Amino acid sequence: MTVKDAMNVLGARVLVGEEHLDREVRSACGSDMMSDVLAFSKDHSILLTGLCNPQVIRTAEMLDIVCIIFVRGKKPDETILEMARERDLVVLETGHRMFSSCGMLYAAGLHGGAI
Amino acid sequence: MADVIALTYEISPDDFTRAGEASSDVKSKLKQVGVSPAAIRKVAIAMYEGEINMVIHAEGGKITVEISPTEIRMILADRGPGIPDIEQAMQAGWSTAPDEVRSLGFGAGMGLPNMKKYTDEMNIETTLGVGTTITMVVKI
Repeated sequence: MTVKDAMNVLGARVLVGEEHLDREVRSACGSDMMSDVLAFSKDHSILLTGLCNPQVIRTAEMLDIVCIIFVRGKKPDETILEMARERDLVVLETGHRMFSSCGMLYAAGLHGGAI
Repeated sequence: MADVIALTYEISPDDFTRAGEASSDVKSKLKQVGVSPAAIRKVAIAMYEGEINMVIHAEGGKITVEISPTEIRMILADRGPGIPDIEQAMQAGWSTAPDEVRSLGFGAGMGLPNMKKYTDEMNIETTLGVGTTITMVVKI
């Protein structure tokens, strides 16, 4: 699916990267622990997280993650958003909880990738 | 034989929000010299975990990255407390990080296992009370 498809599934709002919504995503990873994300994330991934600090952007950068979705209505500050802009990331925000967000995307056909 | 490019970074312990800047810089330099995306990804993840460790556990240190035509060698040297039991530290999930670090998204006990997983060679030299030097190699 595309980032835009994921956005529609969650009724999410774009915070950064409106021009990149047609990018393809093949898997997703949901965690507040960045070390787990670094261990298990795949190519062309979405990262769902409730953690709101600059290390989320750096983790996404190291993994070439396509799109970060902040769940449970978490609002990243301008420093974080600016870091995302510099790295050409898409950042979305949804009020759904982590479990619901992952379930909705999974049901729509986005899986976690084989371990 | 082609030249080896050497990069050196001082890792500051003071500011967790800046941890990862060195890894970010290495990633963009590797891209510039045309290293494959797969190798860049491995180097970026391994070095980033190491850099975070240096900030969390060791009050900073120095990272040297040597890029040759056949491999990328990362040498992470700190003057931290040392690792009492390397075998235990290598177990996925084992962590001595305080709750404060966990609330920042790290300290899941995946750092050293991730570094090993994403590199072709990894060597740890550690002396209690003196420091730790970790050398990692990714073949290209």
